[in-house]
Amino acid sequence: MNTGIPLQYFLILAAIMFFTGIYGFLTRRNLITILMSVELILNSVNINFLAFNRYLYPHKIEGMFFSLFVIAVAAAEAAVAIAIIINIYRRFTTINVEDVNVMKF
Amino acid sequence: MITFNYTIWILLIPFLMFIVLGLAGHRLKPALSGILGTSGLAVITALSYITAWLYFFPGESHEAYQKITAFNITWLQFTENLHIDLGVLLDPISVMMLIVITTVSFMVHIYSLGYMKGERGFERFFAFLSLFTFSMLGLVVATNIFQMYIFWELVGVSSYLLIGFYYERPSAVRAAKKAFIVTRFADLGFLIGILLLSFHTRTFDFIALTDPNGPAITQGSGVSFLGLSVMTWSMIFIYMGGVGKSAMFPFHIWLPDAMEGPTPVSALIHAATMVVAGVYLVARMFPVYVFSAPAALEVVAWVGAFSSLFAAVIACTQTDIKRVLAYSTMSQIGYMMFALGVSGYGGLEGLGFMASMFHLFTHAMFKALLFLGAGAIIHAVHSNFMTEMGGLRKYLPITHLTFLIACLTISGIPPFSGFFSKDEILAAAFHHNMFLFSVEYAVAGITAFYMFRLYFNIFWGEERHYHHTPHEAPYTMTIPLIVLAAGAAFSGFIPFHKLVTSDGRAFETEIEWIVAIPSVLIGLAGISFAWFLYGKKTTIPDRLASTFKYTYRYAYNKFYIDEIYLFVTKKIIFRYVAAPIAWFDRHIVDGTMNAIAWVTQGVSFRIRGFQSGQLQKYAFVFISGVILLAILFIYLWR
Repeated sequence: MNTGIPLQYFLILAAIMFFTGIYGFLTRRNLITILMSVELILNSVNINFLAFNRYLYPHKIEGMFFSLFVIAVAAAEAAVAIAIIINIYRRFTTINVEDVNVMKF
Repeated sequence: MITFNYTIWILLIPFLMFIVLGLAGHRLKPALSGILGTSGLAVITALSYITAWLYFFPGESHEAYQKITAFNITWLQFTENLHIDLGVLLDPISVMMLIVITTVSFMVHIYSLGYMKGERGFERFFAFLSLFTFSMLGLVVATNIFQMYIFWELVGVSSYLLIGFYYERPSAVRAAKKAFIVTRFADLGFLIGILLLSFHTRTFDFIALTDPNGPAITQGSGVSFLGLSVMTWSMIFIYMGGVGKSAMFPFHIWLPDAMEGPTPVSALIHAATMVVAGVYLVARMFPVYVFSAPAALEVVAWVGAFSSLFAAVIACTQTDIKRVLAYSTMSQIGYMMFALGVSGYGGLEGLGFMASMFHLFTHAMFKALLFLGAGAIIHAVHSNFMTEMGGLRKYLPITHLTFLIACLTISGIPPFSGFFSKDEILAAAFHHNMFLFSVEYAVAGITAFYMFRLYFNIFWGEERHYHHTPHEAPYTMTIPLIVLAAGAAFSGFIPFHKLVTSDGRAFETEIEWIVAIPSVLIGLAGISFAWFLYGKKTTIPDRLASTFKYTYRYAYNKFYIDEIYLFVTKKIIFRYVAAPIAWFDRHIVDGTMNAIAWVTQGVSFRIRGFQSGQLQKYAFVFISGVILLAILFIYLWR
């Protein structure tokens, strides 16, 4: 009944996006780039939600709702994160995450 | 039938007074708190006299005085059978003790109004006196042995508080601690005795325990240990508590030191009431002693007789007047214990029991009088030592007269009360054990000697140089002296053999002249010997002391009992038991704890570098963990 693109393709795409996001999160030093990596992770999750919804329960829409939620929350999170980054910049005059390390022993 | 429900107020009023004075006393004026305490005492004294009147003279014919449970509540209920009650038990001895305690306590309260005037902590003193009165009354009206034990400890605490009343003085603090620890140690025996006894008889209740035909007395003697029945052991252990509280040998060492407390306290606690608690305990358990533990009763007699002789000898050499009186107290209590020990149950057989209670009553009067008199003397000359006194009879006429009455009473000179009670004791001994009788007979002479040694040294002899002219005490102090002197002089005419007997039935007794005449003679001999030695200034006492150098020195140093105790505790127990335990505690127990702390500290010092502040390091660790868990759950869990 479901013809067209197989599920595996979506999952592979989501996995690639997810690990790209993780990789970016761990290796980038710029806070803005880290934030972008997080968005990438969230979007990979969205793709998973939609793909599974479509392939497992085609007549229900909970998966879509969840992706909508994730988008809304991601928007809010981005706003908060950028506010924090601005404050960090004002305080330390840098957004390099390695230089922001006063919270230690 | 009369109901005695109101007697619970005899307990509650002093307790309330203690709470009021203890919590709010410092806000009141000192005089007001003193008067409050004294008036509370006046109320319960009146109540006690009413109770005694209603109890002893019920107005209807009766065969014997019954034990009445006037008030009872279950305080702790463990199981159906095991419960601890609190209540009021009235029987001849408890009613008699109510009279003794409230009378002496009331007199001491009045006396303290004058004696303690201007002292710091005046209201604290009265609060503690109320606490003591409450606990002592609770002790004597206890319905069961556990209630008695609770109040027994309470009197110990109030005694501790009052001995240490002058807490700025190190010697008072030391004496208070000594009294508490020594009596507490003896109370350990009491507790063991209670547990043994109640385990075998299945009851705490006095009425059930002391019923001569009851199950408690007939059973329990079956099991034996080291040749003595378990009842005997438990009664000996219980008696150990009495020995501690009544300052019998070998637990007497706290009593002389307890004289560090204010003199009214010595009169109330360490002469008239608390120290006779041991006698009261034996009297309370008397049927058990007679019927199921006669060997324990022998112990009572011998300990009592030995203590009375021992203390009388020491009393002859002491110079601190309060200490002489303390040893005299110990000696007289030994008399009472001895009288119980030689007594049987019922009728004329129970003469010793009656004599003991009689002597307890008269002793409370004359010994309280002696102590209060000593207080008046100390108040006048500001010294405790009879070597610094002499010729005081001109300055202190009332004190002199009352003191003389007390001395004659304790020496057993008729018609004062001591004659009657001491005569009954000697008569009881005469029919029981000739050896112990002769010991007690000698003690009667020694008693007369040391009391008049005290009397002549204080009131006769040459005058000393005093800081200021000694003056008679104020009325608040002399009135109790006069009242107690009247009590000491005339209470011998109370027909105790009709009122306070071992089985509650009256019996007939009369003075046995074969005992009475020699006892009066030896009393007079003691007095004349004292007059010969101390009536005028002579060198005879010093020469006697140097002739019997060793005896004198041993007696003067109280036979080195304190030193023996110190040796045993310090050199043996502390060194070979306490010190190793302390070492174990410090090095093994504390060491383990410290080692744990050190390891934790060292490890955390090494690993704290992990908290670097680098956000991405944390994230790396976190994600590695997640991946690890994922692998674990996917491939290894199954």
